[in-house]
Amino acid sequence: MSTVETVALVKHYDNDVIAVNSIDLHIKEGEFLVLLGPSGSGKTTLLRMIAGLEKVTSGKIYMGGRDVTHLPPRARNLSMVFQSYALYPHMSVFGNIAFPLKAKGLPYQERKKKVEWAASLFGIEQYLQRKPRQLSGGQRQRVALARALVHEPSVFLLDEPLSNLDAQLRASARDEIKQFQRRIATTTIYVTHDQVEAMGMGDRIAVMNHGNMHQIGTPQELYREPADTFVATFLGSPPMNLLNQKECIIGFHPEHFLPKDIIHEESPRFEFPFRVTRVEYLGADRFVYGIVPSESGHTRVISKIPSLVTVPLETDQLYTFAVLKEDMKYFDKKTGKRIDPIPFSMAVFEHAEV
Amino acid sequence: MNRHYWLGKIFKGVMTYFIVGLFALFAALPFYQMVIIAFKSNADFNNPRENNPFIFNDPPTTDHIVYLFEQTEYLTFILNSVIIGVSVVLITLLFATPAAYSLARLTGRLGERLGILIFLVYLIPPTLLFIPMSQVVSFVGLQNSKWALVMLYPTFTIPFCTWLMFGFFRSIPRDIEEQAMVDGYSRFGAMWRVVLPLAVPGVLTVVVFSFMLTLHEYIYALAFTTSSSEKPISVGVTTELVRGDVFFWQSLMASAIIVALPIAIVYNLFLNRFVAGLTMGAVKG
Repeated sequence: MSTVETVALVKHYDNDVIAVNSIDLHIKEGEFLVLLGPSGSGKTTLLRMIAGLEKVTSGKIYMGGRDVTHLPPRARNLSMVFQSYALYPHMSVFGNIAFPLKAKGLPYQERKKKVEWAASLFGIEQYLQRKPRQLSGGQRQRVALARALVHEPSVFLLDEPLSNLDAQLRASARDEIKQFQRRIATTTIYVTHDQVEAMGMGDRIAVMNHGNMHQIGTPQELYREPADTFVATFLGSPPMNLLNQKECIIGFHPEHFLPKDIIHEESPRFEFPFRVTRVEYLGADRFVYGIVPSESGHTRVISKIPSLVTVPLETDQLYTFAVLKEDMKYFDKKTGKRIDPIPFSMAVFEHAEV
Repeated sequence: MNRHYWLGKIFKGVMTYFIVGLFALFAALPFYQMVIIAFKSNADFNNPRENNPFIFNDPPTTDHIVYLFEQTEYLTFILNSVIIGVSVVLITLLFATPAAYSLARLTGRLGERLGILIFLVYLIPPTLLFIPMSQVVSFVGLQNSKWALVMLYPTFTIPFCTWLMFGFFRSIPRDIEEQAMVDGYSRFGAMWRVVLPLAVPGVLTVVVFSFMLTLHEYIYALAFTTSSSEKPISVGVTTELVRGDVFFWQSLMASAIIVALPIAIVYNLFLNRFVAGLTMGAVKG
C-alpha cells in the first residue's frame, strides 16, 4: 500500500502532440481513484506513465514518497490489468498467476500456496491447469486480476478491464472488483471511459480531456458541482442540459427539469417553455425529449421524470417546465468554467420567468 | 430445385478436386520421375525411344545408389552441408532475432522502412557478389574451405530471416510484453520468457528457411570450394557425377531424393505449426 503522486506530469509525443498536460494528482493510501475521460483524453497515457511503461517528458511521479519517475516498471512494485488482459498464451492459468512470483524468485512451494490463495479469491481454482484460450472472457478477466494481486503490489493499475465483457457480466464484475479492492485496501487507479462505471466504483474521480485534468472529486461532488461544462456534460445519463444565455451558460440536470405544476409553488424557480418532441418510457422513469425555444435559437433539452409523476405529456405540445433556483448551475461563456454564485441579475434570462 | 442444388454441389466438389488433383500431379511428377530414374538400369534408361520413360521396362536396380555411396564422396558432401547449414542457422538466429525484435518494437514507424531496406539487401544476387566476395574470402584466408560458406551465407540468410521474424514479432501483442515488464521482468527478461516462446513458429520458420537457402546455394559453393572434402552437396554431386558430357543420371537423381526426403518430412511436420496461431487466446477474442 502506498500513496501515488504526480507533480506537473507532462507527456509530449515526437510529433508535438501533447498527450498529458501538466497533471498534478495526489492519490491517498488505499484509495480507489478512477481516471475518466473520452478516448484520446490522455488517461491511459497517464496510467502508463505511472506504470513506467511510458517515458515521462517532464514532471515527477512519487510512490509512497519515493521518486520513481525514471525507474523501470519492475522497480515500482505495482501490478496492472490491461484491457486485453494480456494473459501469456503459452502458459497455463497456474503459470500465468505464478509469473510475477517467479520474477521475485519465490520457491515453488510458496508460489503454489500463493497462486492457490489468489485463485480461490476469484473462484478459478478448477481452471489452474487450463490454457487461456480455453477460458471464457469472464474467466480470463479473473485470471488477470488474480495475477495482478498475487504478489501483493502496493499499487494496482487497471486499464478498462471491463470493456471486453458483455453488459451483464460487466455489472457483476464491477461489483466484484470494488468489493475486493475494499477488502485488500490497495491503492488503485482505474481507467475508464464509462461514466457509470466511474460513478459506481470510484472513491474519487479524475475527469480528463485532451490531456488536461478538468476536475477531481467524489462522484457526488462531480455530479452536483461540476467544475465546467465538459464535466457537466460527461457525467450523468442523460447528461446535464446546457442553455446558452446572453451572459453565461446555464445548466441543469434532466431530473431537475420538471413540469411546473409538480414543483411546490412557493419554491424559487425558473420557468421555461418546453416543446415536447418525443417521450420514452423506461420503467422507473420517463425521458422527455424536447426543445426550449428562444430568440437566439432552439436548444435541445431532456427531462427525466420519475414514473410516479403521471402528468400527461403529448408530443408537439408546448408546456411550461421549471427548474428550482438551487438546482441551477452557471458557467462562463468563454472558458466553460463554473461561475457561482451568479454575478448578475436574473433578468438576463431570455425566456425564464422568475 | 433440390436436385439442382445437389447436382451443383457435386459439380463444385468434382471441379475442386479435379483442379487440386491437376496441381498435385504437376508438383509430384518430377519427384516420381526422379524415383523411377534412380532405380532404372542403364539399358532401360538409355533407350527412351522404345521404352516408356515413366515405368520400369527392365527390372529396377540399386547399382547406382551403391555407386553413389561407394565411388563418390557423397557422405562427406552431406556432412559438409549439415555442418554449413547448422552453423549458418545458428549464426542467423543469433543476429536476426534481436535485429527483428528491435525493428518491430523499438523504432516505431522507422522500423518498417528499415526492415524493407534490410530485405532489399537480400535481393542482390550472389552472381553479382561472388567476385568481390572472393577478395574477402582470400583476405581472411578461407579459400577452398567450407567455413568460407559459413561466413558468406549469413549475408543473405540474416536479411531474409530478419524480415521474416520482424513479421512474427509484430504479430505478438505489445500488451503481453508490457505485462511481463510490470510483472517484474526487464525488457530482456520479457523478451526471453514471453516473446520468444510465442515466436517459436517464427524461429522454426527461420531455421527451415535458412537451412534450405544454404542447401541449394550453388554459386558461392562452386566459387569457394574446390576439393571434395570441402564441397557441400549442391556442388559436390554435380561436379562428381557430371564428367565432361557424361551425366550419371541415376546417381544424380538418387542423391537428390536422399536429401529431399528428410527435408520434405520435416517441412510437413512443422507446416501446421508455422500456420497455427500460438498467440490465439492471448487477448480478448
